[in-house]
Amino acid sequence: MAKDEMNPAFKLIGTRVLRPDGLDKVTGRARYGADFAAPGMLFGAAVRSPHAHARIKRIDATRALALDGVKAVVTRADFPTGLTGEDWNLQENCMAGDVALYDGHAVAAVAATSALLAQDAAKLIEVEYEPLPHVTDVDDAIKPDAPAIRPGAADHSVPDGMPPNVVRYFEFGHGDLDAGFAEADIVRAQTYRTEATHQGYIEPQACVGQLGADGKGEMWVTTQGQWYVRWMCAAVLGLETAQLRVTPSEIGGGFGGKTTVFIEPLSLALSRKAGGKPVKLVMSRSDVLRATGPTASASMDVKIGMKADGTMTAGRAEFRMQGGAFPGSPLNEALECAFAAYKLPAVEHIGHEVLANRPKAAAYRAPGAPMAAFAVESLVDEIARELGLDPIAVRLKNAVREGDRSSYGPRYKSIGLVETLEAAKAHANYAAPLGPNQGRGVATGYWFNHNGDTSVSMAIAEDGTAQVSVGTPDIGGSRASLGLMVAETLGIPYEHVRVNVVETGALGINEPSHGSRATFASGKAAVIATEQAIAEMCRRAAAEWGIEPEAVDWVEGAAQPAGPNAGKFPPMKIAEIAGQMSSTGGPIAGHYEGLPEGVGASFGTHVVDVEVDPETGRTTILRYLVVQDAGRAIHPAYVEGQFQGGAAQGIGWALNEAYIYGEDGRLQNAGFLDYRIPVACDLPMIDTVIVEVPNPGHPYGVRGVGETGITPPLPAVANAIAAATGARLRRLPMNPPAVLAAIKAVRGG
Amino acid sequence: MHYHTPASFEEAVRIAASAGGVTRFLAGGTDVLVQLRAGAVTPDDLIDLKHIPGVHDIAATPQGGWRIGVAVSGAELGEHAALKRDWPGVVEAMELVGSTQVQGRATLTGNLCNGSPAADSVPALVAAGARVAVTGPQGSREMAVEQVPTGPGKTALGPGDLITAITLPPRGAGGGDAYQRFIPRTEMDIAVVGCAVNLTLEGDVITQARVALGAVAPTVMLVPEAAEAIISTTLDSDALEALVKVARSAARPISDKRGTAEFRTDIAGVLARRVAELAYARAKGRAK
Repeated sequence: MAKDEMNPAFKLIGTRVLRPDGLDKVTGRARYGADFAAPGMLFGAAVRSPHAHARIKRIDATRALALDGVKAVVTRADFPTGLTGEDWNLQENCMAGDVALYDGHAVAAVAATSALLAQDAAKLIEVEYEPLPHVTDVDDAIKPDAPAIRPGAADHSVPDGMPPNVVRYFEFGHGDLDAGFAEADIVRAQTYRTEATHQGYIEPQACVGQLGADGKGEMWVTTQGQWYVRWMCAAVLGLETAQLRVTPSEIGGGFGGKTTVFIEPLSLALSRKAGGKPVKLVMSRSDVLRATGPTASASMDVKIGMKADGTMTAGRAEFRMQGGAFPGSPLNEALECAFAAYKLPAVEHIGHEVLANRPKAAAYRAPGAPMAAFAVESLVDEIARELGLDPIAVRLKNAVREGDRSSYGPRYKSIGLVETLEAAKAHANYAAPLGPNQGRGVATGYWFNHNGDTSVSMAIAEDGTAQVSVGTPDIGGSRASLGLMVAETLGIPYEHVRVNVVETGALGINEPSHGSRATFASGKAAVIATEQAIAEMCRRAAAEWGIEPEAVDWVEGAAQPAGPNAGKFPPMKIAEIAGQMSSTGGPIAGHYEGLPEGVGASFGTHVVDVEVDPETGRTTILRYLVVQDAGRAIHPAYVEGQFQGGAAQGIGWALNEAYIYGEDGRLQNAGFLDYRIPVACDLPMIDTVIVEVPNPGHPYGVRGVGETGITPPLPAVANAIAAATGARLRRLPMNPPAVLAAIKAVRGG
Repeated sequence: MHYHTPASFEEAVRIAASAGGVTRFLAGGTDVLVQLRAGAVTPDDLIDLKHIPGVHDIAATPQGGWRIGVAVSGAELGEHAALKRDWPGVVEAMELVGSTQVQGRATLTGNLCNGSPAADSVPALVAAGARVAVTGPQGSREMAVEQVPTGPGKTALGPGDLITAITLPPRGAGGGDAYQRFIPRTEMDIAVVGCAVNLTLEGDVITQARVALGAVAPTVMLVPEAAEAIISTTLDSDALEALVKVARSAARPISDKRGTAEFRTDIAGVLARRVAELAYARAKGRAK
């Protein structure tokens, strides 16, 4: 609340107004993906491979089609051929071709007049498989004798002689690595592993698709990016992109997982085959876990050199990642974030992307960065501990500042890493006394943030209220923050602005709400569009007054004569200008299409206190502090919510979440009972500190805040467990059996 | 699928005996309905027991124990002060099952008949010496709770047999019981190991005890050796050490996605000690 007083220049920015979607959501009125219905709608169900890797010998739908009410069955034969690159990957992932590549891979789909009938019909579709050798573990998948999953899938980057499942290889870095390590007083190298985790959004994928023989289609879908759904479905089905119109529903969480397609093209293919009737497809939780995109699993070697005073002299990271049976794991992002917090004279990064018999990875909040942080921030902590140095002091000593060259190349513009470290150090949590079996862990994290294709339009209504049409679905309160920025710019009450997330037919293309870009990019675009409308309103007032438009200022929601004309006419309020617009030149609006420049990166520092039960290995989070640079918090409550949500997901990843595959390559925990995301009572109230180092690239100083928060928790929790127990865990999840085994190993019993 | 609402247990038995296909009895439904929705079981006959008189009652028995109807929910047990005073371990075990919403439906009898080795209430019932009344085509009989489960998902109840009530013995003086489970989270999980201890004191000395372990064998197991390790002791450190050893050697767990055999064996000992200490403190009136 103190924040509200921090920016006296603003009337609305920094206030905690009600979110416009709140009432609908708490009363159950909000319409999510599965809530849409259309007349004559059919219901679909997918048939999924029970094998991790199997040749599809035969698919026979005769018995399913014989059921009364079954309207269509589709297989890969109903999709166009000849796709290449990512288009082919998407098509192959949505519907298996000759080979099922993972447990849960769709091999057929059916549409019928009821959901139960569709499920019964799916069971009657006979699929004959020839099981093939499989591999699901990243370190097994990179072995030279591993079963080759997709021979020929490797791109030009892979040197000859690499193991068969390596499909991408790269190196980058700068400085003299050997000299750097030679300069260090201590050089340590360790290997770390993280398991694949799922975003865990509460709303499963759901859509209604309709596609006629004329190639015109409609889709209603839960998604982070309706234009992505449009181009992806068009590519997979061979449609003309603009002939498909995609309308996003309210969204029950995405976290990156809803920036791609899984069932959406199937609903369109079924619709087309069923004579153009709309087809609804809704995934079960089990389907979500087996067949949508989790993040990658990683195996990571890290080496760091440090002087006795804590100065880091060199860093090396060699990462292996599997993102399923397709390329696309966040390997580049992981390596680029690995040492991003540190000013390093010499740094080397090597990446191996590996295929495995798992579902195709999708984005998950700061893709790649949490794994990299787990490896690097754990090793920094290990070395600091060995040298007897304070973890925040070590990080401050090496922290990057504005103008420094980043580990991945570019020089940093304005950044706030040092400010987050100082704020963490000054926070009461960092001095809280610890009891027996308790320990404190610190880690920093980084995310670049992103701009992306952005189209926004805004228009003034007849009564002087305003509407804003944006293409970025609201996954974290962005309608409230966009409304605040537009209202602040116009000088009108927040309640006078309505922000609409619109369908693909309403705007030029937009990238999804990903890359922490919605408040930055759509926000900047909305402000620019609003300024256009303001300029037009000033012109209308100037015409009315018979003065030059340049001699009109916009002040507190009104045009007002300025300069030599100051005071000559009373201010003309927005409602007055709007009320006359039909007779003064027609609609008043503004719009923006482009790639908003000036993205501001966000650093964060987390401090966690844990207590570990030495007899069971169970970890309790006692206190958790997130300090992060928001640039400027437009709506502090939603910024804090992003910080807390990222921390909660990261804690789950650190402690208990993991994809558990059996020897047979099948996923054993395809449900929330055994895929253990934290429940509310597992976590304390997560403390937050919003650091504000304004981003000069945004009219109100916004940096993205959505992703950085998931980056530090993995190492912060590991560092705290090490402090509490003396046992260092270099592999996730740090669940009770793993922690107990590690404690026993260090205590010799 | 046929849905039945018999007005008596006899009628329920008749319906079950004449049904040809898959039959399920429905009380709280927190297992049956979940299995049904997941497609794991599609019953031909679903026999709802909630309309039978008395199934919602918690009644004192003439002997001084308790008779708990088959449709009494966990939440109702938790609100029953006298029952909770007598058998806090049984009530706390049942209250660990599921969420608040599930607590409004889930029953002790259902938890028992589901046949899970990890069922939370079952070790507590076994330790308490609870018995079940069974009615079936062959008439009525009584069984000890530990005789009901025979393997994962399996029970000793024959076709058409159904439990009509669970009885808890009189608590008597100097008694205390307790149940704890180990889960990685704080709630909404299945026991990796569960342990219940029920004991009676004369002065500081344990005169009677029953120890039960869950999730470390194909069924919830009564561990007489564990009881022997603490009977005639004051639960001193030697007795606790012996209890830990016996509990670990009695455990015959498997490794699965919820925990390794080694971990479960370890935790069986840890829980046995912690739960015995809590039951002892309750018997002494030092803990609730």
